[in-house]
Amino acid sequence: MKSQSLQEKIYRSFEKKSNNFFETIGGLTEFTILFFKNVFKPPYEVDQIRKHMDILGIQTFPIVSLTGFIIGLVITMQTQPVLVRFGAEAFLPGSVGISIVRELGPVITALIFAGRVSSGIGAELGSMRVTEQIDAMEVGAVNPFKYLVVTRIFACTFILPILTVYVIFIALFGAYVAVLLVQNMSFDYFTGAVIKSVEFGDAIPGIAKTFVFGFIVGVVGTYKGYTATNGTEGVGRASTTSVVVSSILILIFDMILVKITLWLWPTI
Amino acid sequence: MVIIEKLSKSFGSHLVLDEVSLKVEEAENLVVFGRSGTGKSVLLKCIVRLMEPDGGNVSIFGKDVMGLGIDELNELRQQMGFLFQGAALYDSMSVRGNLDFPLIRNSHLTPKEREMRIKDVLEKVSLEEAIDKMPADLSGGMKKRIGLARAIITEPKLMLYDEPTTGLDPITAKEISKLILDLQKELKMTSVIVTHDILCAKIIADRAVMLEDGKIQYTGDITELTTSKDPFLKNFFSDELIEEIGRK
Ligand SMILES: Nc1ncnc2c1ncn2[C@@H]1O[C@H](COP(=O)(O)OP(=O)(O)O)[C@@H](O)[C@H]1O
Ligand SMILES: [Mg+2]
Repeated sequence: MKSQSLQEKIYRSFEKKSNNFFETIGGLTEFTILFFKNVFKPPYEVDQIRKHMDILGIQTFPIVSLTGFIIGLVITMQTQPVLVRFGAEAFLPGSVGISIVRELGPVITALIFAGRVSSGIGAELGSMRVTEQIDAMEVGAVNPFKYLVVTRIFACTFILPILTVYVIFIALFGAYVAVLLVQNMSFDYFTGAVIKSVEFGDAIPGIAKTFVFGFIVGVVGTYKGYTATNGTEGVGRASTTSVVVSSILILIFDMILVKITLWLWPTI
Repeated sequence: MVIIEKLSKSFGSHLVLDEVSLKVEEAENLVVFGRSGTGKSVLLKCIVRLMEPDGGNVSIFGKDVMGLGIDELNELRQQMGFLFQGAALYDSMSVRGNLDFPLIRNSHLTPKEREMRIKDVLEKVSLEEAIDKMPADLSGGMKKRIGLARAIITEPKLMLYDEPTTGLDPITAKEISKLILDLQKELKMTSVIVTHDILCAKIIADRAVMLEDGKIQYTGDITELTTSKDPFLKNFFSDELIEEIGRK
């Protein structure tokens, strides 16, 4: 009946039901637009953002540390014999370093982050939705989209790159340990070799794309949670579908972003 | 005080509210009866625009709710309290956090004044000792009390209750009903209470209406409704199961 601005619409309970893929994409797009409409408007909820960044960091720190180390170790163990076969063993630190910085570090961290965080956000907001806590906030004249959604998306977007940088270092350390298992190499020599072959053009796009991945995790988790319906069952579904959808989107966007980077900064 | 005119709401092809009209006078306690799933919660949610009705008008304190922009709507909402069926306490916050939240967001009180306000409402609902508990550690009745405390902490002029006693044992249900009535008198609020608990209604109601088939079917004071000879009302209020149901 009355025309509704997007801004007003966010105060409404989202009355969507379907889990249809295209509706999900449509909903995520709408959510993204609402995010940008709200993120620049005060109040900025800085305390909430900081709180969520702390929580997300602490939640994922142990698992990304372990994964990063193992991935670095394993990829080196796998690469080493291949390079030996081609007589290119000297390139080991460099080639492993490039794989980790450009691709493995960012994507593995993002996927782990998606598994841990977007399911958590989906479940948390989903249970707030079905127990009417979001409605309560809304009738309490607080904008729940801003308070619950914008803060979490923001926190995800900025914590993932930080985690990624950390994971890259841990993975390189894992790589060094793997090198040590088969040959003697000083740490200085190893890091020197990595630094020599990994260029700025490798590191920047690798880390830059994690902002996008973090944003995806935040948007998908909050969207699924915020629009959850059907009681506890809906909460479970919000949690699991968040992981699936955000993981797929991360991989799709990775493909697109890699293509764009290669086009902008061709590697010789 | 509250005037609802021809309010309609459907979900898909399911018509839940069919041109409901209703008037609530100032300082009145109006009970809305209705069976489960008749749209009582939908009615309350349309009044505060948690849901957007398909048609009709709601006017509160003389303001046309459906025509308000979001800022004006929020201003109006600050003069209203809503007790949700499951209390809807924020489960990431303690009781203190729950009560402080509306004050932090919507008042200019100093921390000291807020603390006093919190103590004061907790005393009103007789749960001073629960101040540092988390919602998960509270019983159903305690949750309702805290939900009530949170709703009245901003001193609303209009209170909406969604099944305040459902799911509670009879004694707790009576206590909550009595508490609602006492607060009502003390704070001179207008209230709309949605319920199917007859005892609760008998304690609280000044006037009652029956929602059925998407429409307000009966209006009257509580004894009129409960002693009515109408087969539907008889079936609703009587202890015995009456086979023949009055209406479809
Ligand atoms: N968000 C929704 N989407 C679809 N149907 C709904 C929604 N909310 C309520 N309904 C339907 O509206 C009817 C009335 O619901 P409700 O107002 O919750 O009943 P009650 O009187 O028990 O509070 C029910 O049949 C319910 O299935
Ligand atoms: Mg209900």
